[in-house]
Amino acid sequence: MPVLVAENITKKFAGVTALDKVNIELHGGKVAAIIGENGAGKSTLMKILSGVYNEYEGRILFKGACVNFSNPREAQETGIAIIHQELNLIPYLNITENIFLGREIINSWGMLDKKAMRATTQKLLKRLKLDTDPDTKIAGLKVGQQQIVEIAKALLTDAEVIIMDEPTSAISDSEVDALFAVINNLRAENKTVAYISHKLDELFKIADNYIILRDGKTIESGEMASITRPAIISKMVGRELHILKKSTVNFQDEPLISINNISLDHPKNPGRKLLNNISFNLHRGEVLGIFGLMGAGRTELLETIFGIHRKSAGSINTLGGQVNFRRPSDAIAAGIALVPEDRKKDGVILGADVKTNISITTLPQLSNAGLLNNKKEHALADRYISALKIKTSSHSQLVKNLSGGNQQKVVLAKCLATNPVILMLDEPTRGIDINAKNEIYKLILELAADGLGIIMVSSELPEILAVSNRILVMCEGSITAELQADAASEDMIMKAAINK
Amino acid sequence: MSINPVYKAYLVKFQPLIALFILCLFLSIMSDKFFSVDNGWNVMRQISVNICISVGMTLVVLTGGIDLSVGSVLALCGAVTAGLLKNGIPLQSQNLLICFTLFGAIVMGVLTGTLIGSFNGWTITKFKVPPFVATLAMLTIGRGLTMLWTNGFPISALGSNFAFIGTGWFLGIPVPVWISGIIVAAAIVITNKTALGRYIYAIGGNENAARLSGINIKRVTVIVYSIAGALAAIGGIIVTSRLDSAQPNAGVSYELDAIAAVVIGGTSLSGGKGTIMGTVLGAIIIGVLNNGLVLLNVSPFWQQVVKGAVILLAVIIDRANSKSE
Repeated sequence: MPVLVAENITKKFAGVTALDKVNIELHGGKVAAIIGENGAGKSTLMKILSGVYNEYEGRILFKGACVNFSNPREAQETGIAIIHQELNLIPYLNITENIFLGREIINSWGMLDKKAMRATTQKLLKRLKLDTDPDTKIAGLKVGQQQIVEIAKALLTDAEVIIMDEPTSAISDSEVDALFAVINNLRAENKTVAYISHKLDELFKIADNYIILRDGKTIESGEMASITRPAIISKMVGRELHILKKSTVNFQDEPLISINNISLDHPKNPGRKLLNNISFNLHRGEVLGIFGLMGAGRTELLETIFGIHRKSAGSINTLGGQVNFRRPSDAIAAGIALVPEDRKKDGVILGADVKTNISITTLPQLSNAGLLNNKKEHALADRYISALKIKTSSHSQLVKNLSGGNQQKVVLAKCLATNPVILMLDEPTRGIDINAKNEIYKLILELAADGLGIIMVSSELPEILAVSNRILVMCEGSITAELQADAASEDMIMKAAINK
Repeated sequence: MSINPVYKAYLVKFQPLIALFILCLFLSIMSDKFFSVDNGWNVMRQISVNICISVGMTLVVLTGGIDLSVGSVLALCGAVTAGLLKNGIPLQSQNLLICFTLFGAIVMGVLTGTLIGSFNGWTITKFKVPPFVATLAMLTIGRGLTMLWTNGFPISALGSNFAFIGTGWFLGIPVPVWISGIIVAAAIVITNKTALGRYIYAIGGNENAARLSGINIKRVTVIVYSIAGALAAIGGIIVTSRLDSAQPNAGVSYELDAIAAVVIGGTSLSGGKGTIMGTVLGAIIIGVLNNGLVLLNVSPFWQQVVKGAVILLAVIIDRANSKSE
């Protein structure tokens, strides 16, 4: 009998369907690989299984009994633990204190029983073959060791099912081996592991079963031994595709911007490179798509071009010659605009109104003798509200009251207000509904037809194929493929994006 | 009870004004001395120093910061102006004495405040010191510098021209009220009508978005703390002039009165939301409350309890309003 069964799970966020009647089974003593593109619904599903989200349709059976967790703690007490990509440990507490956080052993005097907790921790660490003093502070451990502490935390509550979300995304090869040894141990103890990753080689090494998700649906599940790499890739991709009419690009023109061998060091770990020898050109009227999976370095690339990070090597040339941006205002002055990935965090001022958000990039142009001209400002806002079809009651509406798609259009408007020659878009359609998506695609193509050069980072294959003239694929900080969009297929792109 | 939402929005918007009106009405009934022209000017003159400081504090708080050093800066700059005016700077080696005109001494005082403010802004932006800590350090440094400059003794008898700033009248209005009024007007123009004002709100509203919009966060931050320092200096000059004496322990805990005025005026301590007019009303409420409690012969100990309770009440009401928004 399977340990954990999810039946017909459906989950919607503000009208957007994230999971659509998903069915999975997890068995004791097996490692199940959960495979899918970014946005396929893996994380949402795991958050439902571990009690982070508790409103959904469908039902979850744990050892045959129907369960509905109201919070992660309830899920843990039942026997399901999740280890997030971002670890939930407190850096300045030691291993023992972290493992027992919230479930401390109290002695008969009402005090912490440190001895007992330390002894239990020592046993757990031994079981997981982590040769470290339980009194070590978390901050002094490597990320791989911290992960093992998380696993120890899960074992303390006698977890039957352990869900790991992208556990190898931030650790070195030797740490991966140690992690796999632990997972093999867990399997031998008849625990169930759900392992989310898009590194296929790892999955072939460690997993027994696979479950492929796409667009919030379960596509296929089976045994790892009976499927091949290309078969997995073709099942991950294959969404509906509408190629839009693109403008033609003259690649003989002098490029609007050329990126020459730029690199970026990891801020805390100089040995690791976030960007490694990246070179490309962008031409007038071109939409250059950049595809990559989580952690490929796409956002870092745009941010480095925009002057947010200081590159460690290489050079950038625009039509005006070599440039060296020290801050975003330098890049904006050179005609570059960036629509950031996280619009709530980096894009809009939620508590300010639409006109304030749109005019913020061009206030000096809207002023006479140092004083803002309200008429000019309102005219600018109204012009973009109608040009981009921003649905808002007026230019005085607060941005927090707009839908995600309309907030994104506000960010686009403030970028376009600076009259850029190069527009960089980082996941421009994340979390917005299908109609707004289509409007944004149309807009991108219109802007390209007007002669702008556009760089669009996206992790949605259909989108990147539909809009781009040319596609760069990134993996672990390097460009692994350059494809003409009309000659590219989803399989080709995915193959280049997945770690060898 | 249900209130028409349109009226409710007005009630929320004019809340500090309504509170002030009720307070004045109450005090007019309770004390026959309260509602008189003399007492009105008296209150206005008393709060003009707090208004100067509070306007600067509002700008700082709008960016999401805080300036705890304003009380010490007030004392230092008042002492600098008084010292230069009275003693000048003796250069022993050259056997020279540099004397300052009234105007020169005032400019030097304001300049000192501006420099200290820009130093605050610099440590905050360059070394990422939290504003609370950076200006807490400056609170201590400023007080120490004041003691060094004055040797711990007041600098007194500064002449009748200088006294005009704190005690004089112009066109039937006390000079300090003119000064604080001009500062308020200038600050309203800056916050509502200039790019700098927008940037201040934008940084407090979402610093990341502001930076990616091309705003030079460091420059704006340094400017804002410099303004706060300059306004504290002006406050210091008014205090010194009114007392005809620069006291080394002047302005102790003034930063708290300024923060109280900002908070009662509805400015969010997390930044991005608030108005200069709100702060002015906040300062007037505190001033009227102080004055009223004295007129009603309330013991000074109870005065502090009442003042604290009013601050707490103002913030609780403000929270309730922003939740129902």
